[in-house]
Amino acid sequence: MSAAPAVEAIDLVKHFGETQAVDGVSFVVPEASVLGLLGPNGAGKTTLVRMLTTLSVPTSGTGRVAGFDILRQPTEVRRSMGLTGQAATVDEILTGRENLTLIGSLYGLPRKYVREATERLFDRFDLVDAADRMAKTYSGGMRRRLDLAVSLLAAPPILFLDEPTTGLDPQSRSGLWAVLRELVSEGTTLVLTTQYLEEADHLADEIVVVDKGRVIAAGTPTQLKDQAGRASVVVTLTHAADLDRAAELMTSCCQEVHVERGSRRLTAQAGGLGDMTRVAAVFESSGIELDDLGLARPSLDDVFLHLTGHRAEADDASDLTDQGVTP
Amino acid sequence: MTAVQTTRAPAARPPISPPSLLRASSTIVWRNLLHIRRMPEMLLDVTVQSVMFVLLFAYVFGGAIAVRGADYKEFLLPGIMVQTMVFSSAIVAMGLTSDLQKGIVDRFKSLPIARSAVLVGRSISSLIHSSIGVAVMALTGLLIGWRIRNGLVDGVLAFLLLLLFGFALIWLGIWVGSMMRTVEAVQGFMFTVMFPLTFVANTFAPPESMPAWLRAIAEWNPVSAVTQACRELWGNGPPAAPDAAWPLQNPVAVSIGWSIVLTAIFAPLAVSAFRRRSRD
Repeated sequence: MSAAPAVEAIDLVKHFGETQAVDGVSFVVPEASVLGLLGPNGAGKTTLVRMLTTLSVPTSGTGRVAGFDILRQPTEVRRSMGLTGQAATVDEILTGRENLTLIGSLYGLPRKYVREATERLFDRFDLVDAADRMAKTYSGGMRRRLDLAVSLLAAPPILFLDEPTTGLDPQSRSGLWAVLRELVSEGTTLVLTTQYLEEADHLADEIVVVDKGRVIAAGTPTQLKDQAGRASVVVTLTHAADLDRAAELMTSCCQEVHVERGSRRLTAQAGGLGDMTRVAAVFESSGIELDDLGLARPSLDDVFLHLTGHRAEADDASDLTDQGVTP
Repeated sequence: MTAVQTTRAPAARPPISPPSLLRASSTIVWRNLLHIRRMPEMLLDVTVQSVMFVLLFAYVFGGAIAVRGADYKEFLLPGIMVQTMVFSSAIVAMGLTSDLQKGIVDRFKSLPIARSAVLVGRSISSLIHSSIGVAVMALTGLLIGWRIRNGLVDGVLAFLLLLLFGFALIWLGIWVGSMMRTVEAVQGFMFTVMFPLTFVANTFAPPESMPAWLRAIAEWNPVSAVTQACRELWGNGPPAAPDAAWPLQNPVAVSIGWSIVLTAIFAPLAVSAFRRRSRD
């Protein structure tokens, strides 16, 4: 893409006292593309977005949004972008419509435009029936959609979304994804932060993986998966009671065996199909009943684990008991 | 990725003409007043609560408090009005902290408006909030026998003094509001400060009856000067006792002076605290 980048981070650093929230982050987002900032809680994603949207002043480094410098031309930056923050920052006491009127007036937009745009956005985000209700009566998903409508009122070419789907049910989440994809197809550039690998995989053209304030990997979802390397054999047992014996068998024929007790699943490194047939043969003669046996390509989740040594989504750790079995 | 269903043409960008500080502030005032209209219970602090104070003091304690040369109800009303005005600093602090906490200030900061509009809007709506309280006090006062006895000009001047003093204390509110993280913390802190500030004064009882050290504090308390000024301008009580401290001998000038001094102290503190909070 030859056009000037829509967003650039140039060696951004932010310290809060002793804590280095962001420690030298650079990236470039081409126009009409989606950048996913992926990382666990506390990785510095929100701080990055706050600096690029002029809410927070960097300790050092700078950035450009729509070609404008975030330090020297903050007003132009604010005119060129929309922001949907982590907690849907709508005014709960105002109705949906009043929220848009308020923001429209603060942009100095013509009243007629605000009225028409409000109808259009409410129609698009399925909020027509709720337009004149106080936002505090909205569900989590509706609040997010209203927040997004507010962010889109001035039709910004660049949109920042900080964890847009955190806390949403799966249905609202996929609804929001559809809207975001539509925006991109219309030419909007998106920068979104997420803890969900699935979300980054789904939406982003480019992913920047952030951990402890630094970029630890960057690339397209496919590139990142390749980087995590080899495929693995995945065996799912029928009975949890067989787990220990199965782990022993696997260890005898494969490397890097992992046991996930909750899902009765064992994984091991695999070079190719040959490894899978070998594992199949071993279980065949053991008499252990299997639900499933297959070869898995690394997911973004594995990529993250590979890069950081810990999982991205805290939830995963709580419902699976991960156990590494060393030979 | 192929476009789903109908690909809409990108919406043409509307003309953005960033509003002046005045327009942005008045938009924020509109929003804050809408909150009061939606939740009239927000006004309880300056209405029902203050009326209760008037009635409690006028009829429960009043009989036991002797005021030289004045009817206690007339003496009381200016004191309660000043107290109502002092509470506007708590109102501004709670409103600001709540907006900071909920991310509303972030939303405003992401827009092409002067950031001071957030503070100006907050201050004006808090002054309106307190003024509603003062109006309710005045009406309650009229019902129980309080009167403005020295004519229109002095009467209006006293109300203006109240507003000026409220304005000065709003900076204290912005300072506290920018430094605290939760509305509950602000509420706890402000009420701890406000109660002694408004009681160790001449608001409810003449300071002459206090122990000498406390009387000195009460008479130098800015709240006392403003209260005394209102009493004299409205003709609700005699001049201060001949042995009262100097501020009470010149209450109008001292009230104006205190308001300027308090603004000069708290405005820079407030602005830098808000800026600091806004940098992160």
